[in-house]
Amino acid sequence: MTEYFLAIGTRKGLFLGHSTDRVSWELERADLGMNSASAVCIDTRRGRPRVLVGATSGHWGPSVLYSDDLGKTWQEPDRAPVSFPEGSDAALTRVWQLQPGRPAEPEVVWAGTEPSALFRSEDGGVTYELVRGLWEHPHRPTWQPGGGGQCLHTVLPHPRDASRMTVAMSTGGVYETIDGGQSWAPSNGGIVALHNPDPYPEYGQCVHKISRHPDEPDRMFLQNHGGVFRSDDGGGSWSPIGGDLPADFGFPIVAHPRRPSSVFVFPLLGDFDRTPPESRCRVFRTDNAGETWQPLEKGLPQDGFQAAVMRDAMSADDGDPTGLYLGTRSGAVFASGDEGDSWHAVALYLPDVLSIRAAVVG
Amino acid sequence: MRVVVWLPGPLREYVGGAKQLPLDVTDGAVIRDVLDAVGRSHPLLERRIRDELGHIREHVNVFVGTDNIKDLDRLETRLHSGVEITILPAVSGGAR
Repeated sequence: MTEYFLAIGTRKGLFLGHSTDRVSWELERADLGMNSASAVCIDTRRGRPRVLVGATSGHWGPSVLYSDDLGKTWQEPDRAPVSFPEGSDAALTRVWQLQPGRPAEPEVVWAGTEPSALFRSEDGGVTYELVRGLWEHPHRPTWQPGGGGQCLHTVLPHPRDASRMTVAMSTGGVYETIDGGQSWAPSNGGIVALHNPDPYPEYGQCVHKISRHPDEPDRMFLQNHGGVFRSDDGGGSWSPIGGDLPADFGFPIVAHPRRPSSVFVFPLLGDFDRTPPESRCRVFRTDNAGETWQPLEKGLPQDGFQAAVMRDAMSADDGDPTGLYLGTRSGAVFASGDEGDSWHAVALYLPDVLSIRAAVVG
Repeated sequence: MRVVVWLPGPLREYVGGAKQLPLDVTDGAVIRDVLDAVGRSHPLLERRIRDELGHIREHVNVFVGTDNIKDLDRLETRLHSGVEITILPAVSGGAR
């Protein structure tokens, strides 16, 4: 019997779910001693899954905790896991992203932070070091914070090439390294910046999220602050693919783990409304890399639904068929065990959901 | 000289559940020296109180006796032997 594990990071705590059918879930609140969980990660590259959480207390600051027993107990090292080094003149506000490294490097974990910076762990996500090549980029002083803060929210290691990696931040846009992080170049060709007098600047875009297909790593999908885009050349150029979506604003974008042409988004009316079109909770899926999109709504609220889904509050598991999960700012969590065709409520009254990840753990 | 740091409930787990942390510091020590000493003996506790730049976190208050160090000399507030230092969460930092 397959066991599924779900980690739901909210503004007021982390909630963990267990299921064998992705329909019925047993939920419990993790005892972190922290308030918000802006980043969650389930690292299944080793024999025993490790759950990582970027947590922040309104009083006591941010940290990263980990659990090797699916959330029963949590560890935090004496040394600050993610900390700006002396001389950087910066202090960590929060961790926005915890991303396992390449399968060939099972001890490598990446962290994206506010202020915008990239950190690398070589001990499975226990402690991290600042990637100075990006921190010392000459563009950095001109990156401007979006509504959520100046954050690096997306980290995409190239699954086959250790020297290549793509990151995204709001604002700033997309940056890529081809030399293992020593140098970084903006990679925003074709992505519009609606807030800028020049709508196609070299950098400065407010990119909300990127998703990369693991088997075709040069294919990436991007949800922008206005517009959905695709790159087929590793980010060298981007083309709009939001054609028949009811709205092209939104935050999350999730590539199907096995089908390179299938992608999921959660459209919102942008920019000044940020509620779902027609007040309906709908995920949209394309199965042809963005030529057409189909609404997925069975089991989701279709009347008077006003909540948004944040950039890390929608994700896929590694099951077959693929499971999809979304959490809303109104505290509802829905799961699909059939690639988005139908959905079941996991919870309806949690705090607002910031991050969600799921995995097969048994 | 010896000073005593009183801790609020959420921070006591870092000192084995104790309500107070006695510390020996040099004569003429200031609050910064006390927090440095906390950092050496209890690094996880220290970083709940101040960030990596050494700034006391925005929603944490530190009192010397009954005076908030924001109204004194902040981190340079000078101490005397036997003084009681109290760490308290500010009402402004509650979860939104």
